[in-house]
Order: sequence, then structure tokens, then C-alpha cells
Amino acid sequence: MKVLVRFFALYRESAGTNRTTLELADGATVKDLVGKILTDYPAVASDGTAVVVAVNSDYVSHNFVLHEGDEAALIPPVSGGIR
Amino acid sequence: MKIRLTQDVLDPEEITQQIRRDTNGAVITFLGTTRNQTRGNRVLYLEYEAYPEMATKQILHILAEVKDRWGIEQATVAHRVGRLDIGEISLVVAIASPHRKEAFAACQYTVDRIKAIAPIWKKEAFENGSAWVGCEELHHAVHS
Repeated sequence: MKVLVRFFALYRESAGTNRTTLELADGATVKDLVGKILTDYPAVASDGTAVVVAVNSDYVSHNFVLHEGDEAALIPPVSGGIR
Repeated sequence: MKIRLTQDVLDPEEITQQIRRDTNGAVITFLGTTRNQTRGNRVLYLEYEAYPEMATKQILHILAEVKDRWGIEQATVAHRVGRLDIGEISLVVAIASPHRKEAFAACQYTVDRIKAIAPIWKKEAFENGSAWVGCEELHHAVHS
């Protein structure tokens, strides 16, 4: 299945792009997606910080199961935010 | 419109007028403004970047919460994106309510939650580089 991944702010700069499309196995989770992104774009979250992910504009856990056509986004720490 | 993300200059008077009703005795308008220094470093200008679809969804969720918690019927949020100079308005949150107590509480909650969960980032430009706010401890400044 195909999943769109969008990058913003710091992660956009680290990745050198604002989006990519990943081919993932059916039943893949956000954890699988993050693993692939960190392999393909080693500069993203290179300090080992846990990557926060949103799917279809909602924050999700790394156990979240993805579906064909989902839009995922890697969310750097939010401006002035307390996470 | 309840939520606006825009590159245009924000007009707090116009935004506040949108939520004025004769049923309300209290109107709180919060302005977030761009500061000229951060931890002693002079800031030249700022750049805001949003994930617009998600920011809108998350802010709508926050406004639904303040309706549930404080009965707020009239609320509006406007956020600038793009390049801002020092002293400009980056955020306007306007809340109206029959009584002031609920309006103050709801306004503070809304601003705090926007800062915490709305996917809007700012990058501060300094004389010798720039940095995404919230990331300084984790990441090196991208030197220009």
C-alpha cells in the first residue's frame, strides 16, 4: 500500500524535501513507517528523539495501523510547546 | 471564519468584531507578538510554518473543548504564517462570553493548547544563523 509522508519545519529541512510516498506492507504500523523514514532520511531526528507522527491530521501512537492512501506527517516539537 | 491561517497582517479589531454579540458581557482578545530577542540573542525576523489542514483541525478541536468546558459560543483564532518582522502580531485569539471569568479561562486554555498541539513552527533568524524554536537543545542551529 502507498502512504504519503509529509515533513515540516526542522524535519523538512533535514529530509531535504517536504513529502515522499512510501510503499509499505499491508498492516504496517506507524512504527514501521518511522523505521523506514529514519533509514531513508538519516538526518531526520538524527539525535534519536522519539518522532511524533500524525495520520490524517490526528496525533497517533506508533502502534497505529496504516491504510492505503493515509497521509502521515512527521511533527517536530511544536513552536513554544510543552510536549 | 472561525480559524484563519494567513500570510496577511492580522487586524485584531476586525477579528474581535467577528465575535461581538449583545448577549456577551466579556470579550478577551489575546495577541501573540514577535519578540526582538530570545535568551539575550537579538532576533532579526521570524518565519512561521504550519501544517494547515492539521492546524485547523486541532484548533477546531480546542474550540470544541472550550465550548464544552466554559460554554463559549463565540471564539476565533487567527495565526500568521510566513515571514514576520519584529513587533508584528503572530496570533490572535478572541473569546466572548456572557461573563469575564469564563472568557479569561477559555482564552488562556486556548492559547496554551495552540502552543502545545497546533502544528505551527517558528524559526528565529539571528545575526549569525537561525534556529527552530523548541529544538535548540536537540538540534544545531542551521547557519546561514
